[in-house]
Amino acid sequence: MTTTTSPGVVSAESSEGTAGLKLSGLQLRLISIVGFFLAWEISGHVPISPAFPTFSGTMMAMFEMIFDGSLFLAYFETLKPLLLGVGISAFFGVTIGVSMGLNKKSRWLWEPIFVVLQASPVAALIPLITYAYGIGITAKTVAVIILASPIIVLNTYKAVGNASPVLVQMSRAFQGTRMQEIWKVIIPNAAPVIFAGLRLGVAAGFIGVILAELLITPTGIGDIISYNRSIAKYPHMYAAVLSIIVFSAVMVGMLEKAEVKYFRPEKKRGQ
Amino acid sequence: MNKAIHMSLPDATTPTDPSANIVSVRGITKFYGSDVHALEDVNLDFPTGQMTTLLGPSGCGKTTLLKIIAGLLETTSGEVMVKGKAVTSPGPERAFVFQDFALLPWATVTRNVAFGLELTGVPLKEREAKAKSYIDKVGLSGFEDKYPHELSGGVRQRVGLARALAVDADVLLMDEPFSAVDEQNRRKFQEDLLHLLSVENKTVIFVTHSIEEAVYVSDQIVLLSPRPGRIHSIIRPELDRSSSPDDIRRDKVYLDTVEEIWGNIREYLD
Ligand SMILES: Nc1ncnc2c1ncn2[C@@H]1O[C@H](COP(=O)(O)OP(=O)(O)O)[C@@H](O)[C@H]1O
Ligand SMILES: [Mg+2]
Repeated sequence: MTTTTSPGVVSAESSEGTAGLKLSGLQLRLISIVGFFLAWEISGHVPISPAFPTFSGTMMAMFEMIFDGSLFLAYFETLKPLLLGVGISAFFGVTIGVSMGLNKKSRWLWEPIFVVLQASPVAALIPLITYAYGIGITAKTVAVIILASPIIVLNTYKAVGNASPVLVQMSRAFQGTRMQEIWKVIIPNAAPVIFAGLRLGVAAGFIGVILAELLITPTGIGDIISYNRSIAKYPHMYAAVLSIIVFSAVMVGMLEKAEVKYFRPEKKRGQ
Repeated sequence: MNKAIHMSLPDATTPTDPSANIVSVRGITKFYGSDVHALEDVNLDFPTGQMTTLLGPSGCGKTTLLKIIAGLLETTSGEVMVKGKAVTSPGPERAFVFQDFALLPWATVTRNVAFGLELTGVPLKEREAKAKSYIDKVGLSGFEDKYPHELSGGVRQRVGLARALAVDADVLLMDEPFSAVDEQNRRKFQEDLLHLLSVENKTVIFVTHSIEEAVYVSDQIVLLSPRPGRIHSIIRPELDRSSSPDDIRRDKVYLDTVEEIWGNIREYLD
């Protein structure tokens, strides 16, 4: 579990990093990234372990896989269940979460399921998925949904349940209907926390799909990782890992952009 | 000299004349849960076109009474009459200015001011034009595209006031609108408000805990006593509002009325 959470954690951190783009902040970030790669390069030369490649070697391997097309093919395989699973989790997760925040019965119905799902070591369940769904895209999609949906549902529920009572009262005072109250006040009010849940959900979805590819069906990026490890081509293995971290970070960052653009226009102008 | 006229308290049986009193409350009692007794048998008339202030120390039920009149809170017993009809929910005749502004953080000043109109389905162009005219009237020109977090407390409250004015309600309910404003701006706001209201012809129910503010702005002051909130007395300061703001604040009637209310409040604080 500890090794598998690292991509999600890294992407969550880098998403925070893309928040307020200021020049000095950008420079600091660049320095931090360059410093990290430099440290990697040096420790690769030491070497810490024969299985630990240099940064330059990893980049070479990455370019090699980009130019021979194998990386793209792998991403194509990985992205299908990932996007499908994340899409399903986002749509139903937000819907269920909103209904839980607004309605007691819905809360009673869903809360136990998702609390248990979130609390359980889901990675351990992933091999079981194989029994139910075989080894195809369905199994991978289910793995993504199982990892991504609880955090999306629970964040949305929390956000909607804690909607500002003052704003809700304001909407009523100006004769807003219940529907207007939900769409014009409660949901926009909850949007930042809903989006935080979505970002974590996407990161968890990445974990789900990679786990599935490592544990169920050796395909896509997970296959590149395990295949190259088995033949000791460590630069290629690390290149695949690095690419998935970067990809996950970019996706999470894009989600943040979309949030600010459509739901939080006031954040566009920094302080 | 007759410095302030005291009125007899209306009781539950007094028939109300809807043309003279746009809002009346009869026998309002409010409990929160079973043990917080916030209001006890409150009977009040709010004369059309006048400014009535609910005055009292914090926790005496001013906000509770105002929100009951707004239709935002249910009474435990008693009723609220607006234009002669009993009401239990918000309506187009009443608009509320919130103590903590209640602005949408994700909406510009223009959209916030137009929000009441947006909720009642006024088309975009029309409501933006109307919002713009009230933005100008409350002195917010140039702030149209700002977001609430970019504004000071005083400016935010002007947005809240413009939003309430824009829906064209007859009755304006204001809950301590100036509590987040510093002393200098507060006086300016009080003057601006009085000026605006003389033009707009509204009935105002205004909550404050400041005696000076109450005497300065009100036609009628309702002094509430604490826990449970009851009407202690009703005072009508007869100020000559044609003189300048500074003269009013130095006027003997003004100063005497402030003293008198202070005397009343001291009675039940002891
Ligand atoms: N939602 C609530 N639940 C329980 N007690 C409340 C609630 N709102 C207000 N109260 C209590 O009712 C009393 C009157 O409150 P409020 O109307 O806010 O007073 P004021 O506006 O005069 O300061 C206070 O003692 C307050 O603690
Ligand atoms: Mg109050």
